[in-house]
Amino acid sequence: MSRKLIDLVNITKAFDENVVLDDMSLYIRENEFLTLLGPSGCGKTTTLRIIGGFESPDKGQIIFDGKDITNLPPNKRQLNTVFQKYALFTHMDIAENIAFGLKIKNKSQAYINDKIKYALKLVNLDGYEKRMPDSLSGGQQQRIAIARAIVNEPKVLLLDEPLGALDLKLRQDMQYELIRLKNELGITFVYVTHDQEEALTMSDTIVVMNQGYIQQIGTPEDIYNEPENAFVADFIGDSNIIDSVMVKDELVEILGAKFACVDKGFGNNIPVDVVIRPEDVELVRPEEGVIQGVVSHLIFKGVHYEMEVQANGFEWLVHSTKLFPVGEPVGITINPYNIQIMNKPNSEDEEACAIDE
Amino acid sequence: MNKKALASPYIVWSGIFIIIPLCMVFFYGMTDKTGAFTFDNITAIALSENAKALWLSLLLSLVSTAICLLLAYPLAMILSSINMNHNSFIVVIFILPMWMNFLLRTLAWQTLLEKTGVINNILSFMNLPALQIINTPYAIVLGMVYNFLPFMVLPIYNSLTKIDPNVVNAARDLGANGLKTFQKIILPLSVPGIISGITMVFVPALTTFVISNLLGGSKILLIGNVIEEEFTQTSNWNLGSGLSIVLMIFIIISMIATAIFDKDGEGNVL
Repeated sequence: MSRKLIDLVNITKAFDENVVLDDMSLYIRENEFLTLLGPSGCGKTTTLRIIGGFESPDKGQIIFDGKDITNLPPNKRQLNTVFQKYALFTHMDIAENIAFGLKIKNKSQAYINDKIKYALKLVNLDGYEKRMPDSLSGGQQQRIAIARAIVNEPKVLLLDEPLGALDLKLRQDMQYELIRLKNELGITFVYVTHDQEEALTMSDTIVVMNQGYIQQIGTPEDIYNEPENAFVADFIGDSNIIDSVMVKDELVEILGAKFACVDKGFGNNIPVDVVIRPEDVELVRPEEGVIQGVVSHLIFKGVHYEMEVQANGFEWLVHSTKLFPVGEPVGITINPYNIQIMNKPNSEDEEACAIDE
Repeated sequence: MNKKALASPYIVWSGIFIIIPLCMVFFYGMTDKTGAFTFDNITAIALSENAKALWLSLLLSLVSTAICLLLAYPLAMILSSINMNHNSFIVVIFILPMWMNFLLRTLAWQTLLEKTGVINNILSFMNLPALQIINTPYAIVLGMVYNFLPFMVLPIYNSLTKIDPNVVNAARDLGANGLKTFQKIILPLSVPGIISGITMVFVPALTTFVISNLLGGSKILLIGNVIEEEFTQTSNWNLGSGLSIVLMIFIIISMIATAIFDKDGEGNVL
């Protein structure tokens, strides 16, 4: 893949006694859509603010395009930020907002006018030059904030939960809009969100964070299908996380029943965490199942039914397009490929994350 | 209806102590001693000594307002940049003088500035030349600035704390250095607070007669002193009311300016 553009090296940041980032290292490639994903307080926004230059790390270095920019103020960095709640200049009209960065750089008026036109077209708001920010809807203000950032032709665009204040429909539209923008502009996006669906939809790479530590880095598929620990599994989508024992290679004992799986090399009779996505739990007739249970809850979700099944002392979350009424005895089988085995957390930090969620 | 009934004591109060006196001022201002209608009391502002007093009042209040603004803006910026909860001591230092009686504070300055007052005693002890500003316009300006400074600081502080820190960050992010960010973002966004502060210092400074009485001696007459004399010494209520109406016009102009610029009500904190 393409070369490293930003390299965060051993970043530590504490506010008073509260350590927000602990010895974090992360690199961001050119033209990548990288998402920092985690619950509030996980350090994702602080990471973004450190890249943007609004916070300086207590320890560590930020390398941008081969140069150390750790001590460079924000106005000297070749990147732009789209802030949460837009942060438009309410005393200026839309054209002046967009022109702000270009005027600072003393570009010619003709160049600025061209850029304003181009940027407004890009965010589908042609003709809004003379409007005031207060007269626009949240979604429109967000587009202006993006337009204001991209006219400066940054190498990297930092986005801090830019869709957080929008309603669901608009948020989904804006997700496609952002992917389109990224492809058209060919620049690197670093995106912060706590919304796992947003992260899965848009990203090339997802960085899952919790309590100042990176939990996992990977493609959306990796993160969803192969979560490295219980925190990631739990945070990304719904999942059944069950205490189990790895009997031997390719055989795991879940709640007293033996299931075939595809994982090897954990050793014999080792306690592990097993993650099974709700859509991977297959409900069959009781005699066909590996374990048996009874449906205890049923909700219609549109695309599928969400059911809870009491089996072997565990409440299984099941998504299925087939309906099994409440009280019906069912059997459970699982495709070996859909059983994700994880080592039990061994460090206190990972333990803390699991409890936190 | 119940809620309106609760306001009735205040309505009665404002009727007796605001509306009726105001009507009386207009009545006296528009009539002569015999009760006949006249504009003479109002046009009396053009008489040389009255005009001089008004001119001096305008000048001194403008100078005081300007000095207050210059002192208050940096102070408000410092106050807004620190965390109030952690630095309440600093806030108390600024607020404490406001809790003390206005008259008391002005009398204190009189004692400090007197020819044989505290400051001059200290200066002469150190073999420095004596400070001779008591009974001059300088002392009046000093008194105005000292008394009205908090009324400038608070609205500006209010408007500064309302600025989203990310708006400032956005300006920095778009390439503006500290000075440009101040010029293009912070200053324009704090204009409502500045206008509020200017009104809240300018209006009381323009109408004061206590500060000029205590610190200006009897030599320097401001328009407030002239009006006061008409009521208390000359007993010419008609002239006093007429001059008051003229002064009111200046106050109303300031109020209109505030209403236009300060839509967010920065000054309402007081």
